[in-house]
Amino acid sequence: MKKLFISFVLVNLLAACASEKPKEPVAAAPEPVPVVTAPAPAPAVEVDPLNDPANILAKRSIYFPFDVSAVQEADKPVVLAHAKYLSEHPDRKVRVEGNADERGSNEYNLALGQRRADSVKKMLELGGAKASQIDTVSYGEEKPRCTDHNEACWKQNRRSDIKY
Amino acid sequence: MALRVLQGMVGLLLLAQASVASAVLSIEIIGAGEHQIPVAIVPFGGDARLAQTINEVVAGDLQRSGLFRLIDVAGKSPHELAEVSYPDWQVRGADALAIGTVTAQANGRIEARFRLLDVVKQIELAGQSVSANDDQVRAVGHRVADLIYEKLTGDKGVFSTRIAYVNRQGRKFSLIVADSDGYNEQTVLAQNEPIMSPAWSPEGSHLAYVSFETGHAVVYVQSLHTRQRLALADFRGSNSAPAWSPDGKQLAIVLTRDGSSQIYLIRSDGSGIRRLTFSGAIDTEPNFSPDGQSLLFTSDRGGSAQIYSMPVGGGQEQRMTFGEGNNFSPRYSPDGKGFVCTHFVNGKFYIAAQDFQTGQVETLTAGGWEKKPSFAPNGKLILFASEARGRGILATVSSDGRVQQHMFTQSGDAREPVWGPHL
Repeated sequence: MKKLFISFVLVNLLAACASEKPKEPVAAAPEPVPVVTAPAPAPAVEVDPLNDPANILAKRSIYFPFDVSAVQEADKPVVLAHAKYLSEHPDRKVRVEGNADERGSNEYNLALGQRRADSVKKMLELGGAKASQIDTVSYGEEKPRCTDHNEACWKQNRRSDIKY
Repeated sequence: MALRVLQGMVGLLLLAQASVASAVLSIEIIGAGEHQIPVAIVPFGGDARLAQTINEVVAGDLQRSGLFRLIDVAGKSPHELAEVSYPDWQVRGADALAIGTVTAQANGRIEARFRLLDVVKQIELAGQSVSANDDQVRAVGHRVADLIYEKLTGDKGVFSTRIAYVNRQGRKFSLIVADSDGYNEQTVLAQNEPIMSPAWSPEGSHLAYVSFETGHAVVYVQSLHTRQRLALADFRGSNSAPAWSPDGKQLAIVLTRDGSSQIYLIRSDGSGIRRLTFSGAIDTEPNFSPDGQSLLFTSDRGGSAQIYSMPVGGGQEQRMTFGEGNNFSPRYSPDGKGFVCTHFVNGKFYIAAQDFQTGQVETLTAGGWEKKPSFAPNGKLILFASEARGRGILATVSSDGRVQQHMFTQSGDAREPVWGPHL
């Protein structure tokens, strides 16, 4: 068992590296210059809107009311912006991770989290992304962002994350 | 439930024991049964160290059941039948008396000889010799307690059975198998990804469970003897909520491979998958009836999570719970006459039971963060996940709701407990 466990951890680490790498193609390119002056201006470089913290694409979490899995009106522009980005970048892929708060059984919440991931996927597809670009997973209530028994916590845990 | 007397002495007694048994645990008992049988347990003769452990295990088991009142044995210590003077025990109010001896043998085994006597009728109710490896002294105690329980209540004891649960500590999850009193913990699987939904095979040799170690929920079946395991269901999406059929030949599982969470049947070798529900809603947490003919499950097809039943062979699905709140995690009673479930109303979780004949849902606990009930194989106790002092703990409640027990593991949150079968 121990051997199995270690290899799974390795796979997970590799997966984590692989999914993070595309985020920072710009950071990887420049030579390390030992000068502490202002960073070199790069007016000619086209910035990937995914890396722009002011862009709507910086929003990657979609939140849901209790026991609801439909994307709420306020979040639709966010999901549709990601859909547009994916349709314009057919080589990019996302993993939509659904989560639930702890009110319910673990199994019911796993199902609810899956439905939340699937409803975001469906909207991404409606917005132009291809099904092959989107993977979904549910963590149910197993990976809470916040662990207190109160609404302030629960509302953070009722969400789908779009991960590039 | 009105009686909520904390019998702290037992908690302290077992807390002291915890330093000996590696990784557990303190136990608190709340409430008392209506008709408790007064029984005197004389500490065994022979090896004093072994005798002390056996005495603690037997006394703890009987007390936790809520069905017994332990009589003070001070000043009297018969170990053989010839040393028993029945009037001594009649004046102390004991209905039954347990005596015995335990010896360590040269071959590394221990042997306990034990008698249960009816003080009123002045006859021997049972006599037994139990032999075990010297690291299984607690198991000997559980055997003795089972025999006392069975002779005095008429129901089979469950103290020698095991439980499984998930322990969560930060990001670390462990699948644990332990004795029915929480001691003798053994780790089946430990990892930094979630583990859910342990389920015992009917003969207690295998556990089915859900692990996220590959990044999504996959159902595994693992042998507790060889530790070999099989990825039973690893389809696209979530694979979850395994439940064994009573004959052990197949499992009901929940898959999202065709859309929403639906219930499927699969053979225990992973072949012959067949879809059972077609609701398009969430259907999950299937549980087989003892005769294998029906399933109870949780569904939100009516707009909120409630309990439903359906024939395994196909046919009319029927809603079982109505009224305020939601219901989750149904499990048939071993006699098939009702079920327990998690009842959620006004922000609190309760352990609740429904009798099929009356259709009434009755709460067995005071409410709080109480989830995932499962019956002991004799139907007299219900194990569930609770919370106390900010931690997830294991708890039991008697099926009449009168006696509760809280078991505190040493660290982390205990989740998703499930009571194993008779071995």
